[in-house]
Amino acid sequence: MSPTKSTGPIRVLIAKPGLDGHDRGAKVVARALRDAGMEVIYAGLRQTPEEIVDSAIEEDVRLIGLSILSGAHMALFPRVLALLKQKRASRIRVFAGGIIPDEDAKRLKKMGIRAIFGPGASLDEIVATARKLAGPVRS
Amino acid sequence: MSRRAASTPPVARRILQGDRQALARLITQVENRDPAALPAVRSLYPHSGKATVVGLTGPLGVGKSSLVNLLLGHLRRQGRSVGVVAVDPSSPFSGGSILGDRIRLERPPGDSDVFIRSMASRGHAGGVALATRETVRLLDAFGMDVVLVETVGSGQSDVEIHDVATTSVVVVVPHLGDEVQSLKAGLFEIADVFCVNKADLPGADAAARYLNEMTQLGGRNGGWRPAVVQTSTVGPKGIEELWTAVARHEAFLDSSGTRQELDRRRLTDEILGLVRERVDARLAEVFAREPELQSFLDRVVAREIDPHSVADRLVAEIRRSA
Repeated sequence: MSPTKSTGPIRVLIAKPGLDGHDRGAKVVARALRDAGMEVIYAGLRQTPEEIVDSAIEEDVRLIGLSILSGAHMALFPRVLALLKQKRASRIRVFAGGIIPDEDAKRLKKMGIRAIFGPGASLDEIVATARKLAGPVRS
Repeated sequence: MSRRAASTPPVARRILQGDRQALARLITQVENRDPAALPAVRSLYPHSGKATVVGLTGPLGVGKSSLVNLLLGHLRRQGRSVGVVAVDPSSPFSGGSILGDRIRLERPPGDSDVFIRSMASRGHAGGVALATRETVRLLDAFGMDVVLVETVGSGQSDVEIHDVATTSVVVVVPHLGDEVQSLKAGLFEIADVFCVNKADLPGADAAARYLNEMTQLGGRNGGWRPAVVQTSTVGPKGIEELWTAVARHEAFLDSSGTRQELDRRRLTDEILGLVRERVDARLAEVFAREPELQSFLDRVVAREIDPHSVADRLVAEIRRSA
């Protein structure tokens, strides 16, 4: 190991909780984050909150991005947050995208989802937010 | 390198007690070549050396991840704990990467006898090999019976799987004919086991026959003739045979005495790699810091002096400050 302290790229887990099978959005976001120099662990479709949190811990990511179109966000997102807390991994921040009504988005943000992107969000905006959420590089 | 018996660092202790987060975070530090990892990495070293490390390599799209998934299931049914390290390339342009191997890896939720880690190659060959090796070793010390390492192999892979694995499996598919030719240069020599995957497709028998013929043409690794197995991930078929071939090679390593010899060779490479890493870092530091050298660089760019002269200066500078 080199004598100088080094820090690596931001690691992000992108996952689709729940049962809808549309992962185009998740893949587009994954690519945008990769093109911004991040290491994106793509967990794919139909992930349970347990699987998502276990993967995030093993991969030691700084961020989890959840994509959902099924409407089950009010059941699944709080579960992810609760599991992170339960496993003492609340340092991992969660953002989300998909079809999420404003009303729900407000409540989810209160619960601890850091950012929520709707269908019109630009990739630049998502990348910038992810960077900001990843925060100063931890030691 | 002090020889005094330092007390075990807390991180190492937590890892030995089965703390997955501590392990995950230490792996990140190892990947980032962060010197903060050193005390724990050092104190965990004596706890390694027990795991069977199986490397799977081969061209893109031959089904390595699916095979890893099936092997994972097979080994779990035998009651063995399994670590997986899946290495994927980084983009040479952005430095980022998409690591997608987890999509294919299934396991019962909450199975604490499995630890899966995705790794990006990060573009600098030597350092990646070291980070992969150290990550495998951490999973070994963590208590995993088997560690499966998956890399894309073209023959000039940046992670030479052979440096990491105790048994190297080279995965091919039928009708890779021309590809197989090109593999001869690199992958042929490292294979302890050849796996013809997608054996449900026509041409698998011919491919296996061809590989069998090739393995008869000498180039034996210390007396071991590479095994050739056919597998199919639909069905699935041949997974048990694949593992049997790996186990046979592992038994051969012990009975022939080659295990120790290989270990010594790999550790020699590793030590040299670590020295190189330190020298590289020192070099970069000196080069960036020395204003005089920077002005020399300007003159090299202007073709007034040649690169060799500056190299001589650098070596002298490092000697002086060492």
